Amino acid sequence: MQANEKKHHTLADHFNADEARVDWHDKTLWFVRTKRDRLTHDLLEWEELRDTASQIKSHVLSNLSQYLEEFEQKASANGVVVHWAADAEEHNNIVFNLLKKQGIDRMVKSKSMLTEECHLNDYLAKQGIEVIDSDLGERIVQLAKEMPSHIVLPCIHKKKEEIGDLFHEHLGTEAGVSDPQILTETARQHLRDVFITRKAALTGVNFAIAETGEMVICTNEGNADMGAHLSNIHIASMGIEKIIPKRAHLGVFLRLLTRSATGQPITTYSSHFKKPRKGQEMHVILVDNGRSRQLGRTNFRNSLKCIRCGACMNTCPVYRRSGGHSYHNAVSGPIGSILAPNLDMKEFSDLPFASTLCGSCSNVCPVKIDIHDQLYKWRQELVKAGYTDKKKTVAMKLMAATLSSPTKFKLAGKLGRLTLKYAPFTVNNGLNPWYKGREMPAPPKESFSEWYANRGKDKKI
Amino acid sequence: MEVALFVPCYVDQFYPGAARATLELLEKLGVTVRYPEGQTCCGQPMANSGYEHLAGGCNENFVERFSGYDYIISPSGSCVLHLKEHLHSEKHPVQGEEIRHRIFELTEFLTDILKVEELDARFPHKVGVHQSCHGQRGLKLSQMSELTAPAFSKPGKLLHLVKDIELVELDRIDECCGFGGTFCVAEEAVSVKMGKDRVADHLRHGAEYITGADMSCLMHMEGILRRNKSNTKVIHIAEILNSH
Ligand code: SF4
Repeated sequence: MQANEKKHHTLADHFNADEARVDWHDKTLWFVRTKRDRLTHDLLEWEELRDTASQIKSHVLSNLSQYLEEFEQKASANGVVVHWAADAEEHNNIVFNLLKKQGIDRMVKSKSMLTEECHLNDYLAKQGIEVIDSDLGERIVQLAKEMPSHIVLPCIHKKKEEIGDLFHEHLGTEAGVSDPQILTETARQHLRDVFITRKAALTGVNFAIAETGEMVICTNEGNADMGAHLSNIHIASMGIEKIIPKRAHLGVFLRLLTRSATGQPITTYSSHFKKPRKGQEMHVILVDNGRSRQLGRTNFRNSLKCIRCGACMNTCPVYRRSGGHSYHNAVSGPIGSILAPNLDMKEFSDLPFASTLCGSCSNVCPVKIDIHDQLYKWRQELVKAGYTDKKKTVAMKLMAATLSSPTKFKLAGKLGRLTLKYAPFTVNNGLNPWYKGREMPAPPKESFSEWYANRGKDKKI
Repeated sequence: MEVALFVPCYVDQFYPGAARATLELLEKLGVTVRYPEGQTCCGQPMANSGYEHLAGGCNENFVERFSGYDYIISPSGSCVLHLKEHLHSEKHPVQGEEIRHRIFELTEFLTDILKVEELDARFPHKVGVHQSCHGQRGLKLSQMSELTAPAFSKPGKLLHLVKDIELVELDRIDECCGFGGTFCVAEEAVSVKMGKDRVADHLRHGAEYITGADMSCLMHMEGILRRNKSNTKVIHIAEILNSH
């Protein structure tokens, strides 16, 4: 792929080639946002809950090492084996070795954005291990050989007819069937068989409680429970930021999570995993993969408060009209755009610019991450580190010189009014992108300053 | 009371009517308005593109032109927000800081400082209000639909003082129009789509005019309206408040 082809604006442009699809995508996600509004506006203490959650997370981030050690100690005492992984590679290796030791070559996995971030499925496939995703949405994108386009609704970009085609091809439903009830039932039968035959299950973790060493996993489909309970070995993968200090704090987050995510009062299943059942192995892998680096970036550390509810995506007017894949990263949307540059500044240098900085994301975020301010700050960092177009830098320097000199500015204005060419927002992009879908403002015969200069002497100062 | 008028660069060049209405409206309300010579820009086009470090000259010019007034007023929420958050001066740090506290967007100045309760204005049309994000979510000119909090709107309050105006309801009361500064060209496809959707909401509800406190969003939406040969027009809120 050419460098530019993978950039957000190009991918978004492709997505917009089918306007009816954009409309459908936008409306589907807006519907989720309105469901969220309905539920949150009913709770008088909503803003207080957000504040509380944000403060708990601040506290955790300031004492992270201490809570991680406490968690390790408690979990080990409960009989859970705790592993530490500095990066994606270490994480993937740990999983592979655990499976190898047991001679297992097939695993069932419930939803875990962390394993997407680590590209675990690809890695294990190369080692000859088959992974089946048991979250329905994830299974669908897996069959389509795609990445999830949304952290909570992985196949939100797919219409039911497309899902019907996939099921016809892979799961043997009749051609042309797209009735959600039939498709869901087919998936249920297919996955039931998977659950019964797999000896290893991998799950994500929503919250890990330092005080008790237990892990809490939230799903609507109960698939994490099915996988974990039927397996001989349960591996839970979690980012190190998932820690909360005490059980008493859990209620705050559970109340926020699904109201923000899908507009439900609570997830169908909030399952607590504390110790392995007799004869079972339970492992937890604590993964850093850039998180401690992000913790050290003062401007961006708050991004680690994220509880992956997806509300910022549902509300984002750009996300709704560009689709999750346009962010070319496991985590898309506004939060993806502030997390990804930490992983690779060059590859993701486009993402902080894929926003109008409207601020809606920060307003819906249940842990009050200042997402749009961080987007602005990433832009400054990326430019300083030299990850933006050199031509743009030249144009910006010229503009800066013009705007700091009233004389030059006056002159540029005279020229600019005729053509819009020198309008600050079109810098370096020329006029064509403006003109493609919009008319230019009709140039007035005089600017305000010119009018003011000619204003009746009596009025003038 | 002596205030200085800051007219953003593109308003000066493309929408002098909005600036004129601001000036006349303030004068009508008994305010002495100065228009400092040599003003250019707030520096936002550079800063939002990641070049805040190049905005120094622009900032110094701003501080030199605008120091010493009781208030600085501008008919653009976006520029005001940027100045409030980012203006600073190496040469005159104290004055720079002063300005950040003394600069107001027009409608907040009218409601919060002048405490305008009546207006001699008439605008017999159906009007849709566009909430520009920087004014709304940044300066908190209106309550935001995402929050669980009591409703209010400073521009709305002022428009209600205008005779014979009919404000139309929208399906999405505060969605971004997609202008976003350089975003409007760098992300052309999404920007235009967002603009089209926003405009369609106003048209669906029969708006003859789309108004707002930020000319940049209106310029973007006007571009779309005119491309589609629509009869609906954009108009800056100052022009409605100053109409008779
Ligand atoms: S950043 Fe906030 S809104 Fe977005 S996914 Fe994370 S917690 Fe949810």
